[in-house]
Amino acid sequence: MSGMRTLTFDAIVVGGGGAGLRAALQLTESGVKTACISKVFPTRSHTVSAQGGITCAIASDDPQDDWRWHMYDTVKGSDYIGDQDAIEYMCSVGPRAVYELDHMGLPFSRTREGRIYQRPFGGQSKNYGEGGQAARTCAAADRTGHALLHTLYQANLKSQTVFLNEWYAVDLVTNARQQVTGVLALCIETGEVVYIKARATVLATGGAGRIYASTTNALINTGDGVGMSLRAGFMAQDMEMWQFHPTGIYGAGVLVTEGCRGEGGYLVNGEGERFMDRYAPNARDLASRDVVSRSMILEILEGRGAGPNKDHVLLKLDHLGEETLTKRLPGICELSKTFAHVDPAREPVPVVPTCHYMMGGIPTSVEGQALMQDDAGQQIGVDGLYACGEAACVSVHGANRLGGNSLLDLVVFGRAVGLHIRDRLAEESESLAASDTDIEAAMARLNRLEATESGESVADLRHELQNVMQLSFGVFREEKAMLEGLEKLRSLKERIAHVHLEDKSRAFNTARIEALELDNLFEVAFATAFSALERKESRGAHARNDYPDRDDENWLKHSLYFPKQQRVGKRDVNFSPEKVASFPPKMRSY
Amino acid sequence: MDVQVSVYRYNPERDDVPRMQDMTVAVPDGKDLMVLDVLERLKAQDPTLTYRRSCREGVCGSDGMNIGGTNGLACVTPLSEALKKGRLVLRPLPGLPVIRDLVVDMSLFYRQYEKVRPWLINDTAPPAQERLQSPEEREQLDGLYECILCACCSTSCPSFWWNPDRFVGPAGLLQAYRFLADSRDTAASERLSALQDPFSVFRCRGIMNCVNVCPKGLNPTRAIGHIRTMLLRRGI
Repeated sequence: MSGMRTLTFDAIVVGGGGAGLRAALQLTESGVKTACISKVFPTRSHTVSAQGGITCAIASDDPQDDWRWHMYDTVKGSDYIGDQDAIEYMCSVGPRAVYELDHMGLPFSRTREGRIYQRPFGGQSKNYGEGGQAARTCAAADRTGHALLHTLYQANLKSQTVFLNEWYAVDLVTNARQQVTGVLALCIETGEVVYIKARATVLATGGAGRIYASTTNALINTGDGVGMSLRAGFMAQDMEMWQFHPTGIYGAGVLVTEGCRGEGGYLVNGEGERFMDRYAPNARDLASRDVVSRSMILEILEGRGAGPNKDHVLLKLDHLGEETLTKRLPGICELSKTFAHVDPAREPVPVVPTCHYMMGGIPTSVEGQALMQDDAGQQIGVDGLYACGEAACVSVHGANRLGGNSLLDLVVFGRAVGLHIRDRLAEESESLAASDTDIEAAMARLNRLEATESGESVADLRHELQNVMQLSFGVFREEKAMLEGLEKLRSLKERIAHVHLEDKSRAFNTARIEALELDNLFEVAFATAFSALERKESRGAHARNDYPDRDDENWLKHSLYFPKQQRVGKRDVNFSPEKVASFPPKMRSY
Repeated sequence: MDVQVSVYRYNPERDDVPRMQDMTVAVPDGKDLMVLDVLERLKAQDPTLTYRRSCREGVCGSDGMNIGGTNGLACVTPLSEALKKGRLVLRPLPGLPVIRDLVVDMSLFYRQYEKVRPWLINDTAPPAQERLQSPEEREQLDGLYECILCACCSTSCPSFWWNPDRFVGPAGLLQAYRFLADSRDTAASERLSALQDPFSVFRCRGIMNCVNVCPKGLNPTRAIGHIRTMLLRRGI
């Protein structure tokens, strides 16, 4: 490529959130020449918004606690399509990964014994569901994500990781052998486009909650990694599985942590009734998120919502007392006052289920290598491509993620992918080559935008996309609405392909970034629509009015979306953990 | 309702000098938007308008800017509070080079942060579990660890404006003290030695602009006071 600079590293990590920073740290500490590319300064990544904590059996609250109990809860929470080898790995390695965070300086809240404070979260139990509610979520007040992200960034500064901050990865560079040889990236400040070549490319680009009109996610959560991977022709897994968090602040979408209910808060409907008693008699407000969100929507649909329009419910916290609120939930008090104009010490917080987390993503092995299918339909690794965190689907969350498990996912699998790449690079030194044509192919989107002279605006098309997803692929789904949604998406596909970039300037052109992000939002939304239509059952977060029951006979499976054929296939769920007997599917109730 | 907005504009490729641009934006009646919502509406009108944003809830620190003369985060500043005489005036954070419109070059700010070695140092081998810390010891970190690096404080500080290369500034010093105050950190002596010069800490004149603008309600001046005391004690 004439005139284009090439930067060469052993490994590159795309994304500077929790997963990306943990991966970069492991790689740098292992002596692998690594660069972390982030479209925002790393501490602006969405991990910073995680509140309640990181779930892990460190046996601080309960000395008898056991990672196997955590594993049981996670398998059950996933509605049995979480891979048990991956869940076993996460739950058993978890304590070590959490202690490492403490050693790096994470300011966890503490118990009287000086150990890390743990609070109860939804879907947690002792003794394989037999011993009552567990308290397993390690917390730094209600700012755990902030504390974790800053700690990891600081650890990377200490290890002297190379950062390319405010650089935007445009597309993967792949060669004729379907190997990934790096990314094409744009320096936002200068507008320079560079080929960043690496033996290993790790996608840690987080979620894509911005495909919905109402989301707890940051504005930057546009599914860039999944979009890039789909455009390169690689498959995505379980894309129909979107978590709606029960407690997004009504009207604003801002999250209030499940830790509120962990600390003793509860939901009431417009009549003041503690309605979760009817839906989940045992776990009540600490049933898992899919169950609570559906219950809330049913209350609203049946006319028992709160407020003048009866379109939300209330989270009651005042009975916890000012001291607990100040000490354990200070961030929530701040957010409630700012965004709901409510002081939780006096009044309940208006809340509504809000899109929160993408359980699906790029399918990977437990070590984090991205997977593709060979001609015989067998899973094989994509040479050079890895993923971790929310962008990946390893899969530990299956059809429904438990609260506190995402931060654990980040550190455990960020670390794992780093360890794996170190070993791989030590074994094989052959570098992967891309031709000028391969690199030129990754330039396609930039060239297209550069040439536009008229067309619709990014803001309008994005708005339309978000409304389609909100209406047709929300908490409850059915075929008719989804087919209508898919039709609208098909027409949007054409229109987005002709979106107009008015501002062609180079320096810090955020309009260009937003246009590039729109493509990724679309890729993710399209994959979601196909996968949601195909899964004809209700499981975890995927609730269909037309197929209200779980169908283990046909759908105890992952869905796989193949972008080139626009086809959905199935993949077996792993039921073969190494150290424990597998947990067979059971009726799931809380 | 229409709101009059005056925004600082500068595009290095087109403009020799920066200018203030008047814009008008319609906002819904009876609903108080945040300044960031207003910016998003302005950007829909004019996609060339440039600013940073991410979490839109006051925890990521991206959208620090000068709002009606005071530094703050656009996403948690209500329009009703930001309007001065019916106008919203938006400028970049003062004292740092402007890249474009409301986006400043934060390199100097980050360099000062890095200078204090903002990571835990403990020269003993880590235990198999966490390092124990009492709730009282942990409480020493409250009001320090919550910093979001938005730079509202340092860029409102006249001492930082004068010596951005030598005075660490309120944000950096808050982090310096966060590690000095951590019972798990064993490098207090080295940390203090690195700060013991006429500029790093002692350029703080106690003006307290930092305290007034911090969107997280933190108090860098108090932290700087603690560092001064530690440095002076050491000197005796």
